[in-house]
Amino acid sequence: MTRLRAIIVKEIFQLLRDPKSRIVLVLPPLIQLFIFTFATTLDVRNVDLAVLDRSSGVHSAELLQRIDGSPNFRKILYVRSSAELRRAIERQQVIAALVIEDGFDEKLTRHEPAQLGLILDGRRSNASQIVAGYVSRITAEMDAETVPQTLGGAQITNWFNPALDFVWFTIPALIVAIVSVSGLAITAQTVSREREMGTFDQLLVSPLRLHEILIGKIVPSFLVGGLNGALYWLVGQFVFGIPFAGSVFLFFISLFTYLLALIGVGLFVSSLSMTQQQSFLGNFIITNPLILLSGYASPIANMPPWLQTLTYINPARYFLVIVQGLFLKGMPAADVFHQLWPLALIAVTTLSVSAWLFRSRME
Amino acid sequence: MPVPAALEPIASAASVVKRFPGGAAPALNGVSMTVEAGRITGLVGPDGAGKTTLIRILAGLLHADEGEVAILGHKPIEMLDQLGYMPQRFGLYEDLTVRQNLDLYAELRALPEEDKEETFSRLLRFTDLARFQDRLAGKLSGGMKQKLGLACTLVRTPRLMLLDEPGVGVDPISRRELWAMVQDLTDEGIGILWSTAYLDEAEKCDRVYLLNEGKLLFDGPPGELTDRAEGRVIQLTGFGEARRPFLSRTLDRPDIIDGTIQGRSLRLLLRDGSPVPEPASFEAGAGTRIAKGQPRFEDGFIEILGGGPKGTSALAENYRVIPPSDRPAIEAKGLTKRFGDFVAARDMDFAIPQGQIYGLLGPNGAGKSTTFKMLCGLLSPSGGQGAVAGNDLRHSAAEARASLGYMAQKFSLYGELSVGQNLDFFAGAYNLRRPDARRAKDAMCEIFDLGDKLNMNAGELPLGFKQRLALAAAVMHQPPVLFLDEPTSGVDPVTRRMFWTHINGLVEKGVTVLVTTHFMDEAEYCDDVSLIYRGEQIATGTPDALKEQAVTLTESDDPTMEDAFVALIEESDRRREADERDAA
Repeated sequence: MTRLRAIIVKEIFQLLRDPKSRIVLVLPPLIQLFIFTFATTLDVRNVDLAVLDRSSGVHSAELLQRIDGSPNFRKILYVRSSAELRRAIERQQVIAALVIEDGFDEKLTRHEPAQLGLILDGRRSNASQIVAGYVSRITAEMDAETVPQTLGGAQITNWFNPALDFVWFTIPALIVAIVSVSGLAITAQTVSREREMGTFDQLLVSPLRLHEILIGKIVPSFLVGGLNGALYWLVGQFVFGIPFAGSVFLFFISLFTYLLALIGVGLFVSSLSMTQQQSFLGNFIITNPLILLSGYASPIANMPPWLQTLTYINPARYFLVIVQGLFLKGMPAADVFHQLWPLALIAVTTLSVSAWLFRSRME
Repeated sequence: MPVPAALEPIASAASVVKRFPGGAAPALNGVSMTVEAGRITGLVGPDGAGKTTLIRILAGLLHADEGEVAILGHKPIEMLDQLGYMPQRFGLYEDLTVRQNLDLYAELRALPEEDKEETFSRLLRFTDLARFQDRLAGKLSGGMKQKLGLACTLVRTPRLMLLDEPGVGVDPISRRELWAMVQDLTDEGIGILWSTAYLDEAEKCDRVYLLNEGKLLFDGPPGELTDRAEGRVIQLTGFGEARRPFLSRTLDRPDIIDGTIQGRSLRLLLRDGSPVPEPASFEAGAGTRIAKGQPRFEDGFIEILGGGPKGTSALAENYRVIPPSDRPAIEAKGLTKRFGDFVAARDMDFAIPQGQIYGLLGPNGAGKSTTFKMLCGLLSPSGGQGAVAGNDLRHSAAEARASLGYMAQKFSLYGELSVGQNLDFFAGAYNLRRPDARRAKDAMCEIFDLGDKLNMNAGELPLGFKQRLALAAAVMHQPPVLFLDEPTSGVDPVTRRMFWTHINGLVEKGVTVLVTTHFMDEAEYCDDVSLIYRGEQIATGTPDALKEQAVTLTESDDPTMEDAFVALIEESDRRREADERDAA
């Protein structure tokens, strides 16, 4: 116990003694949480649209007014020829162009179906899809009002996120991403720093046992990661106003399990590296796939099957499901456990593998 | 006698002051010096004295805060063409071959293509590296690296060469060769500045500047400093007492300011003005003889620093008595370590009785560190057995580790933690419970004078204090066995003496010490030494026995430990070459 206490205290002091490093551990990740929340917006707003109006009638004017009045569109650029339209898209002045054909007004007046042309910038496929959605929603509304429908359209209700605010979706995901990045970065340096500074031999000739050294290395990252995770959990609720619908207990159990899995990965990288530079690079190689294959940026279901299989070994995948589930929909305990046991399994695996690697690379 | 005409100074520094942010004292405090053409000027002092800072200022890499620096009458930055600078580290590209390094420097120095072949062949011949042209620089021995570094600075013959500690990490043989090479260069009129922490190198310089803690303590021909100790060095032989307690008793005398062990004799420095004492006054039996000794540069240095420490070690007085035992404290039986095909250490065999100092000597890369690391459990042996305090290395490594104290070659405590936190950690790591830990910590602060430095970051301590802290961390738990890897490398002579005073005192309490060193005079403190070369023990015995062997090999009547070292290694080379011839 004396030995274990000594090494834990030493590791914590090493991480926290310098006031600057105390700030570095907490502040930059917190700032990232704020900045990334707004940077990773999933809404398409402030759209500029080109219009080539060859009809110039009452109906086309009404359509354009409706578009102009929509909060999603910023500016309408009136063009006079196809050539001008082409240029506007090519130069990315606009993301889409609406072509109103000559007979548009006449056909509508005669209650015949009229057609609109919509040209989209395929270089920005995702955003232009959304713009197409906006335009067709506006035309559908106009359709419904000019030609009264008898069947009645679909009534849309958005569950879990009634206003479809993207922040509600990004914050829980960002909590996962930032806990991962900062947790890995702290752990990946611990062993390689001792190697580089020459203190590693000094540790190994002492009566400290292998497991004591490892626990000493785990505790500070665990504390800092847990503290940061709790901080983001509070910020998400009280600064961004996201409801936390699930069990607090389950959130922290999952956070701690995830941190252990993560620390296992970090220790693995650190034990493999002879210098801090190597562990920095190793950390970099691990972090990107860990985040990208978690479902944070794009849904795992959309990935090719072989890649989907690969995501099963990614601890971030499970933690992401848990955090999003607990935040927005109050995921029931049974569903949380369904994600938690693979996470726990991964934690046990990464920690044992890194302990094994640590032992075999002691010389 | 005609006074020789003053030589034109190639480089000069006048009242240079340099401060670094965060450093309490200036790194250089009003240092003035000149380097003359065709001379070797020594810049001498322990680590952290300011040698590298001064060299970097002369090379135009740093600016002095105050004072003037000139190379051939110009600012250093304007005279880079005339300058050859060999830094302590990073001078070579370890992933390039010998030839590629030369190519690179030729390119950097804009050596005309047509001169290249001739220059390279001259330099390769000069440095004897022609055979190794295609070897990676990182795979060369320490001595060969320094020779290559020298060659790289010589691709265009400079008028001034700044050599920053070329002797570090180089075995005595290569050091002698390197020195001879540099001496050849002075014949061409090149001015050499040779910085070193080895005081025996200082003796060979034409002129010496002695730095300590940023201050110039002495400048002039080395003989001038050595002469201050003239007639005050005595050699004591024939005393009827164990040499270590006798030394500590003798050092406590008021008329002795320094003393070292030399085999079976003591070498003492008398206080200025004290007469040579009567042999009887040492109270060590009728056989005691006193002979005059040869003064050294180091004696002068110690005197400037105010003399060495007294002989009684407070550390040893506080230490527990290790119960005597007949079992060897450290034992190696056929200890072997292979890395792939390469045998780093072969069949190491020795048994160190309790209460003795055992030295492992040898050039860098010879296998002494490998042997050392196997015995303290940092490397697992490929063959053979080792035991520490009766605990076999393979089966009870943790028990073996608990009974040893370890001091690494480089400072390897936690620089970003405070002195107090370091001591707390090592007390805990060695199982000291809280009251014991507190008592041990207080004692260490008292003995090593660390009390007012407890809250300082260990990394910011002056070098001498770093070494004290490292020793304190190693002995806090009062282990019966101490492992010391180059413990006094780079520290000033007074700190070295203090260190050995403690070690000698501990040994009297029954502690067993295994030490590696490249200071040949320190080997004299050992009861037994093993000379390790090319992974094998080529000679084993007491320091006097090894010198005895050197007498028959070299036919010189009073060889130093270093002479013995060189002679034995050369003899081993001769024998190996003969064997290879026979085999062929």
